[in-house]
Amino acid sequence: MADKLLMLALSPTMETGTIAKWNKKEGDPVKSGDVLCEVETDKATMDYETSATGTLLKIIVPEGGQAAVGDLIAVMGKPGEDIAALLKGADARKTAATEKSAGQPAQKPAPQPATPAPDKPARPPAQKPAAEPPPQPAHAISRKELKSSPLARRLAEKMNIDLRSIAGSGPAGRIIKRDVERAMHAGRKAPAAPAPPAPAPAAQGLRDEVLPVSNKRRIIAQRLSESMYSAPHYYLKVTACADGLLEAREALNRSRGPAESVSLNAFLIKFAALALAKHPMVNASWQGDTIARHGRVDIGIAVALPDGLVTPVVRDCVNKGIIAIDRELKDLVDRARNNKLRPEEFTGATFTISNLGSFGIEEFTAIINPPAAAILAVGAAHRAFVPGPGGQPVARTAMALTLSCDHRVIDGAVGAAFLRDLKNTIGYPVEGLY
Amino acid sequence: MPVITYRDAVRQAMDEEMARDASVFLIGEEVGEYNGAYKVSQGLLEKYGPNRVIDTPITEEGFAGVGIGAAIAGLRPIVEFMTFNFSLMALDQVINNAAKTLYMSGGKVRVPVVFRGPNGPAEYLGSQHSQALQTFFAHCPGLKVVAPATPYDAKGLLKSAIRDDNPVVVLEGELMYAWKGDVPAEEYLVPIGVAEVKRPGNDVTIATCSKPLRMTLETAAALEQEGISAEVVDLRSLRPLDDETVCASVRKTGRCVIVDESWPVCSVGSHLASIVSNKCFDDLDAPVELVASEDVPMPYNHALELAAQPSAERLVAAVKKVLYLQ
Repeated sequence: MADKLLMLALSPTMETGTIAKWNKKEGDPVKSGDVLCEVETDKATMDYETSATGTLLKIIVPEGGQAAVGDLIAVMGKPGEDIAALLKGADARKTAATEKSAGQPAQKPAPQPATPAPDKPARPPAQKPAAEPPPQPAHAISRKELKSSPLARRLAEKMNIDLRSIAGSGPAGRIIKRDVERAMHAGRKAPAAPAPPAPAPAAQGLRDEVLPVSNKRRIIAQRLSESMYSAPHYYLKVTACADGLLEAREALNRSRGPAESVSLNAFLIKFAALALAKHPMVNASWQGDTIARHGRVDIGIAVALPDGLVTPVVRDCVNKGIIAIDRELKDLVDRARNNKLRPEEFTGATFTISNLGSFGIEEFTAIINPPAAAILAVGAAHRAFVPGPGGQPVARTAMALTLSCDHRVIDGAVGAAFLRDLKNTIGYPVEGLY
Repeated sequence: MPVITYRDAVRQAMDEEMARDASVFLIGEEVGEYNGAYKVSQGLLEKYGPNRVIDTPITEEGFAGVGIGAAIAGLRPIVEFMTFNFSLMALDQVINNAAKTLYMSGGKVRVPVVFRGPNGPAEYLGSQHSQALQTFFAHCPGLKVVAPATPYDAKGLLKSAIRDDNPVVVLEGELMYAWKGDVPAEEYLVPIGVAEVKRPGNDVTIATCSKPLRMTLETAAALEQEGISAEVVDLRSLRPLDDETVCASVRKTGRCVIVDESWPVCSVGSHLASIVSNKCFDDLDAPVELVASEDVPMPYNHALELAAQPSAERLVAAVKKVLYLQ
């Protein structure tokens, strides 16, 4: 009996995956534990291991093809086995699904090529309902894939929400009514589609284009919209004197080779962790009816990628030294840039830092990265005059710090006290030891 | 509306039915000269005389059988068990004779008898005298079983039970006899087999019966302070069980907690949980929770005695569990 191989959810937020590479050809023998193919998920490229043993009879989704979680990607069985019947049912539905552009309903036959030809300027998608991602085709959801309460399943079906797009807050990740209602709420609050832009004369090197939304881009869009629209953000800004921080860094790096030079971000992570330990309410998460105050400080740091961003997490920063943090950070950032992070390495930060100083940005505000309740936006260290003793201007290194807080968890004074302590530690690193 | 005790409500029901129908009589230990072990039959001997208020020896099996025989012969006996702990002596009469005769006579012989008395734990009584035995009776086809929790329901259900042509077990409660409540002066009946929503709510259904109702209503009021709106359904009858009223409530709230002061194994509470899980499967946001007595004989030590029974604390924990608030 031939086995269907389905696209698996290889990350907690994955909805569809792209086959980056097939490691086996049709006709190859396959053992349990073999890596059949590599799948590009929303955040990383993951190995797809099979638990079955047999022969790879048919590849349904070729390299570069996309498949929603639960879609048929290949068939395994005994050599020469007749799989026509198995494929018949799947064919019409699934092949359409693999070739569809992201977000287009699979059941509708695509009236035109999904990707516009490059030389033909595409029309703005006027007839496409862009306000909400179109509902995913309803798949039978097996018990193994998802835990959900019967009521949540019924509600999701009624509201045409794909359960796989919802994170469960019940025991063992069970999706419950509250989660579906939140997803409904988030969907309803999504901003209306902007009016199609008026056609403008094309400038050199520019042209109208409709880009497909990648998995990564869609997840970023979903998570950040949900954060911005559900967490009431407020912002606190201070300018820290960074001379103390820079001196400390120089002193440490003086004894180390250029390759071992410890980054500014490692210092910022450590200092933030020390301040978070003093202000545990900033190291917390809003959970609807409860607030989780975390017993460990796990700091995510935003890393820009060519096609999006990812937030690798350095765990337990209170109990690690700056050098250890730096070593981990370098490894995480390296692997982030090569799409090699495992899902658990970029989820669950209790606090986030975003540093755009290398672009010369003086100050900015950031959107909170859930489940954390605050994010620190770090501006460029720059020389600035400040009034010194006797009113004479003195040159110092200034660094703007802007803290975005979720007011449901962190009240103004709490956020302010945290930021004050962080500022003091950056100015006088020894403060961190107090 | 007059406010009277549960004890007086039960007495009024018997008094009114005895006045209404000369075939109704009361039989049991200490029901006459002593006016009832819990003074439920106060004044009835004086009013109706020794032919209709009959003291018996301590012979539960015997006087239960007398009641069944009298019922078959055409009377409407009320058999009082001093407590349902003692009714175990008479289980053969109740289950094998009262419950089966209509069926085994091909529908020809009716047994319109009422077995009533206090059921469920009271205080400082020890294992043998402190147990909630509703399951034994609710288990058995051919019986009807009611467990009123308020003076109003006690009077209305007992009157319905006396008029019913089937054997009906009426479960009262020692600690409930002194509870007070509104009971209208004019005559009324409460139908057997109909539950009642005692408190409307939206977030969770709490189904219960008998003595735990009061604790449940108090807990629901306290939960309101925390922003949790609990709907409390009083089963009132255990057989036939009005599961439709419970299920209608669960379809609205999506969550169900059952409070039952008997043991949790094979109980009315666990039976109701299975019905709700079955009939409301697609409406449930969480598994049904059962708050029952601990699965142990009742301890004599008072702290343990209380700990063994359903409490507000355990009910709150169960409610928060089904609401995922823990």
